[in-house]
Amino acid sequence: MAADAQFPPPKVLTYPASAPPSLITQGAEGRVYKTTHLLPDRPSALKYRPPKPYRHPILDARLTKARISSEAKVLERCWREGVPVPPVYAMDPAAGWMMMEWIEGIPVRVGINEWLGERPEDGEEPAEAAEEAPLIDLMKRIGTAVGALHRTGVVHGDLTTSNMMLRQRKEDQVNGGTGAESKAKAVAGDVVIIDFGLATQSMADEDRAVDLYVLERAFASTHPRAERLFATVLESYKHTFKKAPSVLIKLEDVRLRGRKRSMLG
Amino acid sequence: MGRAITGADHPVVLYVLGGNTQVIAYAEQRYRIFGETLDIAVGNCLDRFARALQISNDPAPGYNIEQLAKQGGRVLLDLPYAVKGMDCSFSGILTRAEELAAQMKAGNGKGPDGEPFTGADLCFSLQETVFAMLVEITERAMAHVGSSQVLIVGGVGCNERLQEMMGLMAADRGGSVYATDERFCIDNGIMIAHAGLLAYETGFRTPLEESTCTQRFRTDEVLVKWRK
Repeated sequence: MAADAQFPPPKVLTYPASAPPSLITQGAEGRVYKTTHLLPDRPSALKYRPPKPYRHPILDARLTKARISSEAKVLERCWREGVPVPPVYAMDPAAGWMMMEWIEGIPVRVGINEWLGERPEDGEEPAEAAEEAPLIDLMKRIGTAVGALHRTGVVHGDLTTSNMMLRQRKEDQVNGGTGAESKAKAVAGDVVIIDFGLATQSMADEDRAVDLYVLERAFASTHPRAERLFATVLESYKHTFKKAPSVLIKLEDVRLRGRKRSMLG
Repeated sequence: MGRAITGADHPVVLYVLGGNTQVIAYAEQRYRIFGETLDIAVGNCLDRFARALQISNDPAPGYNIEQLAKQGGRVLLDLPYAVKGMDCSFSGILTRAEELAAQMKAGNGKGPDGEPFTGADLCFSLQETVFAMLVEITERAMAHVGSSQVLIVGGVGCNERLQEMMGLMAADRGGSVYATDERFCIDNGIMIAHAGLLAYETGFRTPLEESTCTQRFRTDEVLVKWRK
């Protein structure tokens, strides 16, 4: 509630709905709410870009409108081409918001960490291949999702395991089961890519390679123990996306120089 | 040195001057670059624009743009806005601003309201646009590292409008902005001496005969032993 008082919600959320909106995240760019504004029995995610007080009002309006429109356009394009993304339900670019499917599930980051957390500390001896199968399968699903994304000519711009959700499947929702089964549930579900706030339409190997590099770095910093599995992600990326080989060659270059240029020259 | 003067504890640093534009935060013995310009520096953009408008270099082109901009504000001219993640680019904006300056001189420059615009309007629009970009990438870096303090350093950091916009952003995030004045923002010997003293205290020694100058140190190349 304190958060609601500090950040007034957009006007669209002040109308009656079957459940009050709740603030989910607050980033530098905008805020995400969960709301039943559209249908009482179907929650949706509302992304709202509030006005920035430091910006000239004309510039602010121009940017907010352009950003909501372009994000919605990218999502629509991905959705149409079968990339796993939340579909856009409604939007008002001038007011700075759009509504999308509410993904029931947890971020991939949380799933991987839950999986790793349940393993014995300092599990130096590599686990049995069969034992790791659910985690390896998740890596494959991540690679497939990113491959599908790049195939449509979209680069995400901020690929991390926090920007991927695991959408719960019906059969996984039952509780209980043996230890191994409940552990496997942490990494079960369909991978859905979210937050296209920095996405652009690009077919350039360079941009795609940077996308992969950012994801690789995110793996290294958030899940050091799962870093060795990143090769599996790239492997299934290659299977999904025909132009992957030239992107992976470019990735070598990007790794060598880092994302940044040198200051020389 | 910025920290020593302003008392900021763990700020995100916006480093803006003629030769460079970077957003920096300290982590694990290095100043890490979170975002930077992909082409020319913001100071370079302002200086070259000043030349297009034949604005005086005395005392500094940036200062004169700032004073002129205070007379503008009637209209906001449409300039490109180029932020990519935490990076930004200024060359397209400069090109467009120079085109508008040429149109104005030729007497056929019209603002969005159909009225001719002035040099002051151009200065105002340029400042509003490039500073909004700088504040935006700084805000992203602050959200990323979870800091609510921001420190502005470098020549462009003297600009009071930039400081004001940064203050509005920081207040929105429940934080504060630290800035120094022109005595410390512009090139000075104290900052070199201060960095040298800090390094000396950690046991770093270079004999005088072996001392040389390198202007090309990249910010994140330097090992910072003196911070925790």
